[in-house]
Amino acid sequence: MFLKLESRGEANRNMVYLTPVLAVILTLITGFFLFLAMGHDPFEALYTFFIYPISNSYGISELLVKATPIILCAIGLSMGFRANVWNIGAEGQLTLGAIFGGTVALMFYEQEGWYIIPLMMVAGVVGGALWAAIPAFLKTRFNANEILVSLMLTYVAFQLLSYLVHGPLRDPDGYNFPESRLFSDSAIVPILWEGTRFHVGGLFALLAVVAGWLMISRHLIGFQIRVIGMAPMAASYAGFSEKKLIWFTLLLSGGLAGLAGMFEVSGPVGQLVPSISPGYGFTAIIVAFLGRLHPVGIMMAGLLVALTYLGGESGQITLGLPEAVTGVFQGMLLFYLLASDVLIKYRVVPNFGTAKS
Amino acid sequence: MSSAATETARLKLTGVTKQYPGCLANDDVSLTIMPGEIHALLGENGAGKSTLVKFIYGVVKADKGMMEWNGQQVDVVDPNAARQLGIGMVFQHFSLFDSLTVAENIALGISKELAGPGLEERIEKISEDYGLPLDPHRHVHSLSVGERQRIEIVRCLLQEPKLLIMDEPTSVLTPQEAERLFVTLRRLSAEGVSILYISHKLDEIKALCHAATIMRGGRVTGECIPAEETAKSMAEMMIGTNLKAPERHDDVTLGDVRLKISSLNVPTDDQFGVSLEDISFDVRAGEILGVAGIAGNGQTELMDALSGEALASNNESIWIEGEAVGLTGPGGRRQLGVGFVPEERLGHGAVPDMTLWENAFLSGMKRMNLMSNGFMKIKETVDYAESVIKQFTVKTPDSSHAANSLSGGNLQKFIMGREIMQSPTVMIALQPTWGVDAGAAAFIHQELINLANNGAAVLVISQDLDELFAISTRIAVIAEGRMSVAKNVSDLTVEQIGLMMGGTHDLPDDPHAQPHVEGGVSHVS
Repeated sequence: MFLKLESRGEANRNMVYLTPVLAVILTLITGFFLFLAMGHDPFEALYTFFIYPISNSYGISELLVKATPIILCAIGLSMGFRANVWNIGAEGQLTLGAIFGGTVALMFYEQEGWYIIPLMMVAGVVGGALWAAIPAFLKTRFNANEILVSLMLTYVAFQLLSYLVHGPLRDPDGYNFPESRLFSDSAIVPILWEGTRFHVGGLFALLAVVAGWLMISRHLIGFQIRVIGMAPMAASYAGFSEKKLIWFTLLLSGGLAGLAGMFEVSGPVGQLVPSISPGYGFTAIIVAFLGRLHPVGIMMAGLLVALTYLGGESGQITLGLPEAVTGVFQGMLLFYLLASDVLIKYRVVPNFGTAKS
Repeated sequence: MSSAATETARLKLTGVTKQYPGCLANDDVSLTIMPGEIHALLGENGAGKSTLVKFIYGVVKADKGMMEWNGQQVDVVDPNAARQLGIGMVFQHFSLFDSLTVAENIALGISKELAGPGLEERIEKISEDYGLPLDPHRHVHSLSVGERQRIEIVRCLLQEPKLLIMDEPTSVLTPQEAERLFVTLRRLSAEGVSILYISHKLDEIKALCHAATIMRGGRVTGECIPAEETAKSMAEMMIGTNLKAPERHDDVTLGDVRLKISSLNVPTDDQFGVSLEDISFDVRAGEILGVAGIAGNGQTELMDALSGEALASNNESIWIEGEAVGLTGPGGRRQLGVGFVPEERLGHGAVPDMTLWENAFLSGMKRMNLMSNGFMKIKETVDYAESVIKQFTVKTPDSSHAANSLSGGNLQKFIMGREIMQSPTVMIALQPTWGVDAGAAAFIHQELINLANNGAAVLVISQDLDELFAISTRIAVIAEGRMSVAKNVSDLTVEQIGLMMGGTHDLPDDPHAQPHVEGGVSHVS
C-alpha cells in the first residue's frame, strides 16, 4: 500500500454537518460529467433532473408525496441504526403495512365512515411491526443476524403481496388483472393540497420528525438508544435492557414503514397492486445516513432524495434517459457521503513505513 | 549505569513545546536519559507527561523542540519509526483487540519479521524469563487489566528495545509482581536498556529510578535523584502544595449490615473466565471492606454480580438493606441506594462521546429525580453535573464537554462524585484509583472514607494494597474466584496479604494456612 489513512484527531463539529452538503455537490459534479459522457448537454440534463421537476407547484407537491414514505421509513430506521440494530427490511415492512391497510380497506369497500382510515392506519402499523417482530424475535432469542433476516423477509413480503393480488384479493370484476378493487372514497386518505396528490400522510411524516427529535434528544428511550449504540457496557452499567431496545427499535421502524406502506396504497396508488413502492424502504437507508441519523437531517435528506425520483422520471420523459439514472444518483450520494466521512476523520498520507533519521 | 560525563545520551530532548487548542501541553521541556538509566517522569494528570511521551514515540508532532537519539538528531514521524529506532512503549490504555488471542495481538503490533514462525514460543520464553505469566492462546476479552498489561510489556520486550517507556506499569500488580517487574527492569537496565518510567507511586520511584524529572502544568518544575528525596518531598514538587494523607476515624461504631453476600455462586460461561464459588461476606454501615487480589482472580465477575450486570442464580445470595436482590438488575439495586464505580471509566462507567451532564443522567436519573414522564429534566441534570464538577474539583470548563475530553483522574473524580452525590448507603468500587495521579487518588480515598464515616457501607475491590491498607477497615482476599474471611486491617501486614493473593484461601492466623504459603509464593512468582 502506498497510501494510508492517518487520524486527524478530534473531528471538526461543523464538518459533520457539512459533509452531506459536500456529498451533494460532488454528486452534481459527477452527474455533470456523466451526462456529458452520455452525449447530453450536461446543463440541460442537470436542469431537467434537479430543477425542472420542482419548477411548479404541482412538482413541489409531487416531491412531498414521494418524500412522505421515505421520511417515515428513515426516521424509524435511524433509531435502530443508532442502537446498532440494523433493520434493512423496511421495504418488506412497508409492503406488509400496505397489505394490512389495503385488506382493511377492501373489507370495508362497500361502507362509508370516518373510522375506516384510522383503522387502516392501525392495521398498517401492526402489519409492519409484525414483520419486523420476526427479526426481533430471532435476534433476541437465537442471536440471528437481523440484517439477513429483515432483508430476506422483504422478498417474502413481495411474494406474499403478489400471491394476494393474483388470488384472494384480486378484483372480481377486474378481467383477471393482478390488482385489487379500487378503494372506496372512505378508504382514500384526505388530500391536503387541492388539485394535487399531497395527502394527510405528509403530516404524519412531519409528526414523526418532531416526535423522533423529541424522543432521541429528550426522552429516556432515546437516551437509552444512544447509550447502547455508543457504549454497550455503559448501557448495561446503567441497567438498560439490550433486548428491550432491540424489540423497541425494530417494532418502531417496522411500524413506521408499515404506516408508510398504508399511506401509499391509500393515497397515490388507491388499490393493491403487485408493486407498491419503487424501493422507498431501501432508499430510506441512504436517507437515514445522509441525514446523519438526525430527524431534521432526515427530513431534508428525504426531500433531496425524493427529488432524484422525480428527476429520474422527468429525465426519462424529456431526455430519454434510462431509469437507472435515479439509482446511480442515489448510489453516488451515499458513496460520496461515506467517502467524505472517512476523509474528515482521516487524512490520506503516503506510506513509506520507515524512520527518517 | 555509567556516570561518565563524556558518554552520549540515549535520548535528549531540548525545548519541546506543544500547543493544543486552549492548552499549552508542553512548554520548553528538556529531558536527558543516559543508556541504562531508569528515569522517572513524575507529574499529575494534565502535567504534560503523556504529550511528551507521545512526542518521543512519534504519535504527536511538537511545535518546537529537538530530539536527539544516541547523539544524532532524529525526526520520529510515527510510532513505527520510533520502534525502528529501538523505542518501545507500554501504554496506560491498552490497544488490544478483544476478539483476538494474545499471540495474534502481539503479532499485530510488531514488524512482519518478528511476527514470523516461532512467535508463540518466543512469547512464552520472554514471559517466563521476565516473570510475566501469559498464555499465547487466550483471547484478550477474557483477560483482566493486569494480564492485558503483560501483553503490552511482552510485545515491547520482543522487539529488544533500547528505550522502554512505561506508563503507570505497576498500578495493577501485587507487591510481589511489582517487585518481580523491578527485577526485570533492573536487569534490562544492566543490559544497557534505558527506561522512562512514568508513575506517581513515589515509593517505587525511590526504590527503582536513578533520576527523576518532575513536571507540572506542561513545564519541568524539578529534577532530582529519587534516592536522595523522600516520597513526601517529591509529591510536593509534583503537586505544588502540601500533601495530606487520608484521615481515618478508626473509632467509628459499625452499624447494621447493609450489604450481605451469602453463598454466591456465579459459574462463568467464558472458558477463560473465573467462576465465583461460595462467596459470603457482609459489609456494615460505617466500614470499608477491602478486597485484595491479583488481576484475573474473579474481581470483574464479583463486580458484575454485585452491580447486577450479571444476575445471580439465586435471589437469596445477595442482600441489600435486608432485601434479597440476587435477581434484580442494576437499576433496581441503585434504587435501594447502591452506588457503583466500575473499573473501566471510558465505555463502562461513562459514555466517552456523551457530555458530562448526559453521563450524570446515566446513573443519576432515578435517584436524583432527573426525569418527568420519561423525559429528561435537562436543567436539573446540568445543575447536578455542575455541582459534581464543583464539589469534586473536576478540571473541565463545564458539563457540556464530552467525557473523553477529561484526563483519567478527572473523569474518575467525576464518576466517583456522580455516585457519591446520590448519597448511596452502599458503595461498591472496583479499582477506584487505577491510573489516577496521586492528588486525585488521595482525594478519592478521602471521599470514600468520608462516605463510610457518614454511615455508608463501602466495598473496595483493588489490586493496590497500599490503597486498601490506607482506607480499609477490614480486608479479604479473592483468589481463583474464592474469597477469604475478612480480617481487621490492624491484624494484617502487606506481606501476609501478598502471599494470600497467590491462592491460599484463609488468612494467616488460620493454622492450616501456613503450609500453603510456600505454594502461594511460587504461584505469584
